[in-house]
Amino acid sequence: MSHYPLVDNLFADDAAQEPTRAGFGRGLKAAGEADERVVALCADLTESTQMSKFRDAFPERFVEIGVAEQNLVTVASGMARAGKIPFTSSYAAFSPGRNWEQIRTTIALNDQPVKIVGSHAGVSVGPDGATHQMLEDIALMRVLPNMIVVAPGDSVEAEKATLAIAGNGKPSYIRLAREKTPIFSTADSPFEIGKAYVLREGSDVTLLGTGTMTYQLLVAAKELDNMGINAEVVHVPTIKPLDNDTILASAHKTGRVVTAEEAQIKGGFGGAVAELLSESLPTPLLRVGMQDRFGESGAPNELLEHFGLTGAKIASKVKQFVDTTAQYHREF
Amino acid sequence: MAGKAIKLSVTQLEHKAYTLREDIIRMLEHAGSGHSAGPLGLAEIFAALYFDIMKYDPKNPEWDERDFFFLSNGHCVPVQYAAMAEAGFFPKEELMTLRKLGSRLQGHPERTKLPGLENTSGPLGSGLSQASGVAYTLQYIDKQPHRWVYAVTGDGELDEGNIWEAAMFAGKYKLSQLVVFVDRNNIQIDGTTDHVMPLEDLHGKWESFGWHVQEIDGHNVESIIDAASMARAITNKPSVIIAHTIPGKGVDFMEYDYHWHGTPPNSEQAKDALHKLRTLDGKITGEHE
Repeated sequence: MSHYPLVDNLFADDAAQEPTRAGFGRGLKAAGEADERVVALCADLTESTQMSKFRDAFPERFVEIGVAEQNLVTVASGMARAGKIPFTSSYAAFSPGRNWEQIRTTIALNDQPVKIVGSHAGVSVGPDGATHQMLEDIALMRVLPNMIVVAPGDSVEAEKATLAIAGNGKPSYIRLAREKTPIFSTADSPFEIGKAYVLREGSDVTLLGTGTMTYQLLVAAKELDNMGINAEVVHVPTIKPLDNDTILASAHKTGRVVTAEEAQIKGGFGGAVAELLSESLPTPLLRVGMQDRFGESGAPNELLEHFGLTGAKIASKVKQFVDTTAQYHREF
Repeated sequence: MAGKAIKLSVTQLEHKAYTLREDIIRMLEHAGSGHSAGPLGLAEIFAALYFDIMKYDPKNPEWDERDFFFLSNGHCVPVQYAAMAEAGFFPKEELMTLRKLGSRLQGHPERTKLPGLENTSGPLGSGLSQASGVAYTLQYIDKQPHRWVYAVTGDGELDEGNIWEAAMFAGKYKLSQLVVFVDRNNIQIDGTTDHVMPLEDLHGKWESFGWHVQEIDGHNVESIIDAASMARAITNKPSVIIAHTIPGKGVDFMEYDYHWHGTPPNSEQAKDALHKLRTLDGKITGEHE
């Protein structure tokens, strides 16, 4: 395994935090500098989604669509036909929440390199409540043929992911969060679409995280150390295509798998891993995430705590899982 | 049309429309499913678009000087396939593969399958937005004022909210290189448009969204060409041409009957339809019979 650089002061109180959408904003501007075909379209949320950096740098390549998410992605499909690389942004609850059929027909089936940027995903949106806490986007997008699905782990990775997606020539979805979250990766940490990364080696259980949940898994792994459990942490920023080899190798090594996501486990990242394991390497699995219910209003940290999505809560769930589940080893 | 010095006469274009109609009947009969009324009603508009109005090169569908065409109501694609075959995009024999396994001529148009298609459509209401996206790009980003974007929508399709989002967008940005034909044939699957979901004042609706509006007889080739010319002369607004058409036009037992919206002719009906088309409903006798 090649070494994945993590920030030095990972668990310090003053560790750097930033929303993943901020990294997207920088990445999009950089993508615009690198390739003049990059254009950006927004549905009346230009500051919120951080598309404003691109708009200010390249006003002639920015299109304000208004509160019209169906038009947002279909105009983008047309611009792709005219040779552009369109990024579309809104809250994930509205895009892909409102306009899934347009994405399916005019982008996925039509195989146009339109980028759908869903910001403010997950319960950590907070006080806006369940209407705005998008939890079904991973399931909606990963089921589409041709579609790439990426949930960056922190703002540093979000910037890299945005640049990678600008150049991948494919319909793609990027999932972003509203709240500041700890930065665990560094400028030197690798990011490649379709790759998962072992952040920490372990032997008792594999913790697979996507999006900002990966940091919570690092916290959980540290707590599990104190409980005598040696957890391996794998960061899976690309949900489709899934890095089957890395996930299966880790599952084979530890014989127990846990997934964590700020989304519905049914059809979400946990669903994707369940599909992979049950077909290729049946392994005991615990899925942490939203358990077939909607969110509600509250402070972001309160909600993560309430729904069991903090490192400490995850650690105790993993402890129970490890204590009650024998490691499953078989030839692979 | 690329490299074509001599334009077709009006009479030749009218004949072209009837050729398209015959192809539509044969394709649909052979396919055993598909939509009859809309494609038949659009024959003159497609004859005018592909053989007079639009600039393209069938041997180089990605030609970077071409005009764009977006079919928003994808179920009417048989008339587009017929026009494309007639124009030389692919051999006419291929028309008989419509809706068959492995065909490039899918039941609803798919860009990735057939060169010369600009979009994938079928679910209604999205083609106008895509056409608007191209028109925006040509006008504001690539700054190519000599290229045009044409689109065709149905009238039942105007029930879709996505259409009015696009209409507002094109109006705001004054997408003057965008020319849209609305096939105003007054039918949709569940009945007349008036019964299902009234559209009037349709002229006023488009006008209030900032569009230049024309209303024409959609079976009069000269009117279609003139309206397109007028639309191109309007430099500060997108243009819509409300083309009044007869659904099923040219086949008397299909005309005006909404039951033919989504139904193909069987072989007896096809034979009868082809006879009517070739003889202009009995008005011509001789070799055509």
